Order: sequence, then structure tokens, then C-alpha cells
Amino acid sequence: MDKRNIQLDDNGQLRHFLTIEGLKRQLLVDILDAAESFTSVTEQTVKKVPLLRGKTIVNLFFESSTRTRTTFELAAKRLSADVLNININASATTKGETLLDTQRNLEAMQCDMFVVRHAVSGAAHFIARHAAPHVSVINAGDGSHAHPTQAMLDMFTIRHHKGEFHKLRVAIVGDILHSRVARSQIHALSTLGVEEIRVIGPKTLIPVEAHTLGVHVHHDLRTGLRDIDVIITLRLQHERMSGAFLPSEHEYFQLYGLTEARLELAKPDAIIMHPGPINRGVEIESAVADGPRSVILNQVAHGTAVRMAIMAKAMQRLPNLSARELH
Amino acid sequence: MDIDSLNPEQIIADMAAALRTLLASQEIADPLMVGIYTGGAWVAQRLHRQLGLENPLGTLDISFYRDDFTRVGMNPQVKPSLLPVSIEDRHVILVDDILNTGRTIRAALNELFDYGRPASILLAVLVDRGGRELPIQADVVGARTRLAAGEHIKLHGPLPLRLSRVGVAR
Amino acid sequence: MRVQISGGRVIDPANDIDGRLNLFIADGKVVACGHAPDGFDADINIDATNRIVCPGLVDLRAHLREPGQEHKATIESECRAAAHGGITTLCCPPTTTPAVDTPAVASLIIRRAETAGLARVVPLGAMTRGLDGKHLSEMAALRVAGCTGVSNDFRSIDNPLILSRAMEYAATFDLTVFINAQNPHLANNGTVHAGAVSSRLGLAGIPAAAETVAVAACLALVEQIGVRTHFSLLSTTRAAQMIARAQHDGLPVTADVSAHHLHLTENDVLDFDSQCHVMPPLRTLRDRDGLRQWLARDTIAAICSDHQPHEADAKLAPFGETATGITALETLLPLSLRLVDDGVLTINEMIASLTLRPARILGVEAGDLAPGRRADVCVFDPEHYWVLSRDRLVSRGHNTPFLDWELKGRVTHTLLGGVPVFEYKP
Repeated sequence: MDKRNIQLDDNGQLRHFLTIEGLKRQLLVDILDAAESFTSVTEQTVKKVPLLRGKTIVNLFFESSTRTRTTFELAAKRLSADVLNININASATTKGETLLDTQRNLEAMQCDMFVVRHAVSGAAHFIARHAAPHVSVINAGDGSHAHPTQAMLDMFTIRHHKGEFHKLRVAIVGDILHSRVARSQIHALSTLGVEEIRVIGPKTLIPVEAHTLGVHVHHDLRTGLRDIDVIITLRLQHERMSGAFLPSEHEYFQLYGLTEARLELAKPDAIIMHPGPINRGVEIESAVADGPRSVILNQVAHGTAVRMAIMAKAMQRLPNLSARELH
Repeated sequence: MDIDSLNPEQIIADMAAALRTLLASQEIADPLMVGIYTGGAWVAQRLHRQLGLENPLGTLDISFYRDDFTRVGMNPQVKPSLLPVSIEDRHVILVDDILNTGRTIRAALNELFDYGRPASILLAVLVDRGGRELPIQADVVGARTRLAAGEHIKLHGPLPLRLSRVGVAR
Repeated sequence: MRVQISGGRVIDPANDIDGRLNLFIADGKVVACGHAPDGFDADINIDATNRIVCPGLVDLRAHLREPGQEHKATIESECRAAAHGGITTLCCPPTTTPAVDTPAVASLIIRRAETAGLARVVPLGAMTRGLDGKHLSEMAALRVAGCTGVSNDFRSIDNPLILSRAMEYAATFDLTVFINAQNPHLANNGTVHAGAVSSRLGLAGIPAAAETVAVAACLALVEQIGVRTHFSLLSTTRAAQMIARAQHDGLPVTADVSAHHLHLTENDVLDFDSQCHVMPPLRTLRDRDGLRQWLARDTIAAICSDHQPHEADAKLAPFGETATGITALETLLPLSLRLVDDGVLTINEMIASLTLRPARILGVEAGDLAPGRRADVCVFDPEHYWVLSRDRLVSRGHNTPFLDWELKGRVTHTLLGGVPVFEYKP
């Protein structure tokens, strides 16, 4: 069986964007640089560039998420692509054949890219493995596995505020176990070479053998936040609070909620991030979420440019790298 | 013509004079100069200074507008385009270093129009090397030369500016 | 019919035979090993020069899919695959539809296999009705129908009181209890080993404790009841250690492991390869090596195929939504031979773990080439290299992670009751 990186084409160029794991540092930096340029597009009167004119991009969402879908849709439209939004109720298609059938049908309509969100880990890999040769697949979140575009946008925000990565200490607080965002952030941060990544939470919410992901595990927020430059708090899903993973929201906030007082432990210029949507008073108090060190709204604003960069990268086909001169 | 012997600074001085005449004849008082990144921007910087234009200089990176994107890919060093003042109803002088197929200019025109509707656009180029593939010509040309297919001219800079002939990488 | 197998190295662990000997078969039985009986005149002569001649293999766990899932495979199709793999006795779990909880279903399976005439099939009876984990099945009737053991497969019996009664009832009729040890609450619908890989891929994990907790609970009951118990498909070193201790304490317990658990680890799942989606899950390298060690020390007595043929669609979905299992009859022998090359087992031990020992666990007459015994024989070329490819597979299922692997060891002849049922033609 072919075990080479499914995300790259025969020339080693990005074709699918499924997970940060296994991608080279330079590629991530290129994406961040390109995203920087795409931010200027939003300043134009006509807020689009013709890069992907005539291409058709399908937002294939098996799990509803208006927010993520909207940023992908906006990104695709700003690249002048045509966008199809297809929302499929997951309960109606739990069978793999249906997933494959859906994909084949759309490919028959000459679609060029699938942006896939699915509740099952590995779904984007599955679709990529069965994609027609001209089709690219972007993972917009699969189960608890990966959400690489969200992680890239978080990296963009971190670089925007902190500059270089290599001296940073980053803490991710909360439900790491079920978080695809956290997994992708961990891979992105380690690929970009930060000094230290910590994950903070009770044992019930930390993946087994988490150290193999290259992180330091802390169960006490107070020691975990010491000397930290970037704090990422994760959303706590309501179903985790029902007693199986945590006794109560109240106790969680007591132990792991991000408050003004606890921020004192981090570096004075530490920034606070959250992939949203926020549970105020559960993982973070409003004073922090809306406070001067919170960059939560910037994160949202950068989402479109970062996704434009990733889509453009995955859609370029480079037969010959040296042919770049044009006058 | 021996390309290496061309003196870009001298050519730019001549271009500035020609532009001044052209602007006067067209009664354009307050033009907005925009250089195409990177070589065009160097030339525009000098023209901007020599003409004493009041509006700040703009730069365009046309990477996102190229018609060969899916074949050639995205330039990894893409820079954001910078248009400090609105181009709506303004007279624009577009500046590039080398005019060849005309595709860069077409891309630049498209990008400019995505920022607004200018009153007019003049094109000034340092060297017209021929080989046009689109119905585009410059209003002010510093120097003209003919190159064989597969040959290219490159402007090196920003200090000092120097022109050279390069074989194309295939 | 009289068959003479000449010039091969006969390895028959049941009788401590290992040497270049001729094997003589008449009327379905072995008549001699060594010198030809007086006046023996073979109808068929098999040249086994440079080959190994051993008892037909006994596979303790192969899903045949019939009755109920004939779209995946049939008894005939899989018995043919077994013959290609040198396997002459197959034990199938009771997870058919309907389950093997009545003598009728057990008889049907045995009869179908006899009609096909390619391998012998011994079904396990269901321990509980419809495998519901609540009501005991009619085990005495199942015994009469030909079942030698009972099992509830992975549908675990949640209530230990019911499990202990099922064990007591099975012991009453001298049935062996087959246990697939996995606590369902700890397994919690997981799909891979809970470890570095599950954490990386965000797949729900099954902790090693799901197995050890179930083994511990079972051993406590075995100690009290004394029923002969076989642990099927061990996946962790810890569980094997617990069984070793129980054996040391004199408990009547045995265990087997699948060939793929002796070769693959959780790392083979990276990339979401659904062909490596198996139950119990592939575990760590440490577990794989531990299982090999406990196999070498006889604590794990047998290697089985855990053959599970599937239609292509069953594996065409995101990892967690795919069916579990590997089509494995045709790789059982070459994967076991690899353990000899890896220095884990001697060739004699390897053959014992595929013949004599599983036959004893199953309580059937097999795995023995003594004169008078049924002539189930496997002849193979231990040095034959070949590549497993889809079109080479005889099983209806093509779901295997070993596709494109270069394997060593090829069955050349299989005899079932003295009748050739397979001959390799290059």
C-alpha cells in the first residue's frame, strides 16, 4: 500500500490539506505569507481576485457549522471561484457508500475542490484517497482528528501579535481529548518550532500518551500558565459536562476557567485565544474574553485570508517550478 | 543593441521629461503613480521623485491576477498591493520595467479596476522588448530593443539599477 | 484411494516425528509413516522433495458468513480458500444470522461443509440465546449437534452472574468456553488501541484494560467453576501474563492469538488504513513482542487466522465506520512461517501451534499423523516466495492489509481425509 504523504502531489506540492502533521515548515510559512497578502484584497472596492476564476468549489458539510462554512464560502468567492454549499444530515448518510456516491456525483459535475466537514475522524482522508486526479480536498474538521485551517488561522494570529515562533511558550487549556483544533494546533506549533507547548486539563480530558504529541501535560492551571506567551482556551462541549468527564461546569470553571486573576501567572504581554464559540463563565470569564489581551475577534477576521491562501495553494498545479518569469 | 550598456538612471530621466510633456499636453495636474512590483516599483520611485508628484506612490503586486496561476503557481514572495489613496476618478500613471507580452499590464489593469474606476491610465515602461501578445502599448517608452525568443531582460536593483540579458530557464 | 507422499520432511509434533519420510495413506487414513506397508500400491503419488509434510492446519477462528451474510462469503467459498491455505479444520464463531444457538443451525453449517468437501467445519455454539447475553442456550443439544465449545463472541455477557451460570452449564456437558475478552464499557465503541496513535488520529481508543479487566473477571470465575476455558484473540502482553499465572496455578485455561496481531501494530493504522481495522485492535510494538514471547512459551498455544471476509463496500468508509476484520485464511501459514524466520518459534513449534495444539483445544481428532488417524495433510514449500495479490486470493473477501506483501511459504497440496482438495499449479 502507498504510504507516501497523500497531501502532496507527484511534484511534492500541496494538493490536499487534511492535517498539519507531515507538512514541512516552509509550506506553513508560505501559507502564512500568502495569507498576509490576501488580507489586502479585502481593502479593494471589488473584494475579489481572479485566481480561481472558473473553478468550482464544493462545501461538503456533513456536520452543520454556519461559521466555518461561511468563511470558506467567502474565501472561495474572493478567489472568484463558484461555490456550491451542500449540507448533508449526518444521520441520513452513515453508510460509506453514500459518502462515496455523493463524492462521485459531484466529481461528475466537474467540481475542482471539496471542502469537507464530517463528524468522523479520517473522513477527509477517505475522500481524498478516493478523489479524482484533478480534485483537491480541504479538511474543514473531521471528528476529533484535525481542523488544519483553523490551526493555520491561529498561527497567523500568533505571528501577527508575537512575530517569531521559536521563543514562544504556548498553553492549550481544556478538552484536548475531543478537540480536533487542539491536535492541529499542536502539530502546527511544533512544526513552526515554538519553544514549548503545554496542554492543561484534568486527566479525563487529556489524550492518553499525550507526551508523544510533543507536549508537556499539566493538570494545575497555576503551574501550567507560568511564563506563557500564548493561552489558547478550548470550547467545552456541553455533553462533556454531564458527569462522565467532569462533575460540573462549576468545578471546571473553578479549576480551569480563565480569569483576570489567573492571567497574572502568564507573561504580562500574553495573548488569549479561543477558537469560538465561547462559553462565557465556563472556560473563560467575560472580562478576559473581552479584555485587552484577548485576540479572539482578530482570529475571526483573519479566517478568510488564511483560507484563501490554503485554497489557492492547493489549486495551483506546478509542472515546472522554474517557469516563473513573466514580462 | 548592447543591453548591458544601457544606463537605467539616464533612461528614467528621459522618461520623466517625456511624461512631463505628456501630462501637460493632456492637462493632467495631479496624477497618481503606481509601480508594478518589483522592478516597476523601483522605476516608479525615481519617476515619482523626479516629477515631484504630491500623491504618495502606489505599488501593485499582480500575482493574484496572473492568467497562468494554475499552471505556474503562486509566487511565494507575494507582497500586498498598496494604494494609499483612492483611484476613483483619478488619472493614473502605471509604471513597469519591461514590456513584453502585455499580460502583466492586463493583470495590472484588472487589479486597478478592482480598486475603483480611474479617470484615465497612462503606461510608462523602462524597456519595450517586443513580443506583444495582447493589444497593449506604452505611452512612454524609455528604450526599445528586440530579443530572440527564449531571451529575457532583467532589471536588477534597487541600488544601483542595472539591466542585463538572461537566457530563460526552461 | 491410496496416496503416497514421497521425499518430504514430515513434521508431526503429535508423534515427535521430524524427518525425511514417506507418508502412506489409504481409505482416508494414515497407514504408515516411513516404510511402505506390504503391497502398498499408490493411486496418487505426490513428490514432496524439499517440502514439508505436516498435519492439515486447524484454525480456531474463521468467519464463514453463512448462514446470513452470503453476500460476503459462503461456507463453500471460504472452505476452498482454506484448502488453498493448507487448513483442513475450521472453527467458526456462532455469530451467524441466525446465531448458532440451535442444533439446526449447527447441523446446517456442518452439512454444508461436508457437501462442499473442502474442509471440516466445527461451529462454536452460542452461549446465550441469540447471543443476547441474558438467556442460556440449549448447550446440551448443541453438543449433540457437533459443537465442542460455546462462545458469546464479542457480545459480552454483562452480568457476571449469567456468565458464571453459563460457564457452569457448559461445564456440565464438557463444553469448552471460548471467551473474547473485552469489557464493553471500557471499549466504549472504540476503534483502535488507546495510545499514541489514537491520540494522534483522534480516534476513540480501546484501552488495554478493556482486555485485562475482562480476563481477570473470567479467571476469577474459572477458578471457582473449573470450566475448561479458552481465551480467543489475545491482544495484550498483560492479558497473556495473567493467563500464564493462571496456568501456573493449575487453571484449565488456554489462549490463542491471530497471525496479524503477531505482525502488525497500532502504527499500521496511521493514515487511517481501514484494512487494519480489527477487533481486538492492533496494539503497541511492546504488546506484539510480548505476544510473540508468550507464544514461544506455550502460554498462548495456538495461532488462528480470525478470518473475516468482507465485500469491498464494508471497508469503503472513513476508518471508524468500516467493518472490522481481515480475510486471512490464505496468509495464516506464510505469516506463521515468518515467525520462524524471525526466530520466535522453531518450525516444529510453529507447526504444533497450527495443528496439534488447536486440535486439542477444540477437542477434535486432527493434527495427528499417527497410523489410523484421519489423513488431513498439508504439504508446503517453505522456501517459495510469492506476492499476495487480489487476483490470487481465493476467498470471497479481498480485505487484507497484506496485499502486495512478499510472503514466504506456499501450500502445494492439501488432503482432507486422504482426498486431495488442493494442488498448487504455478
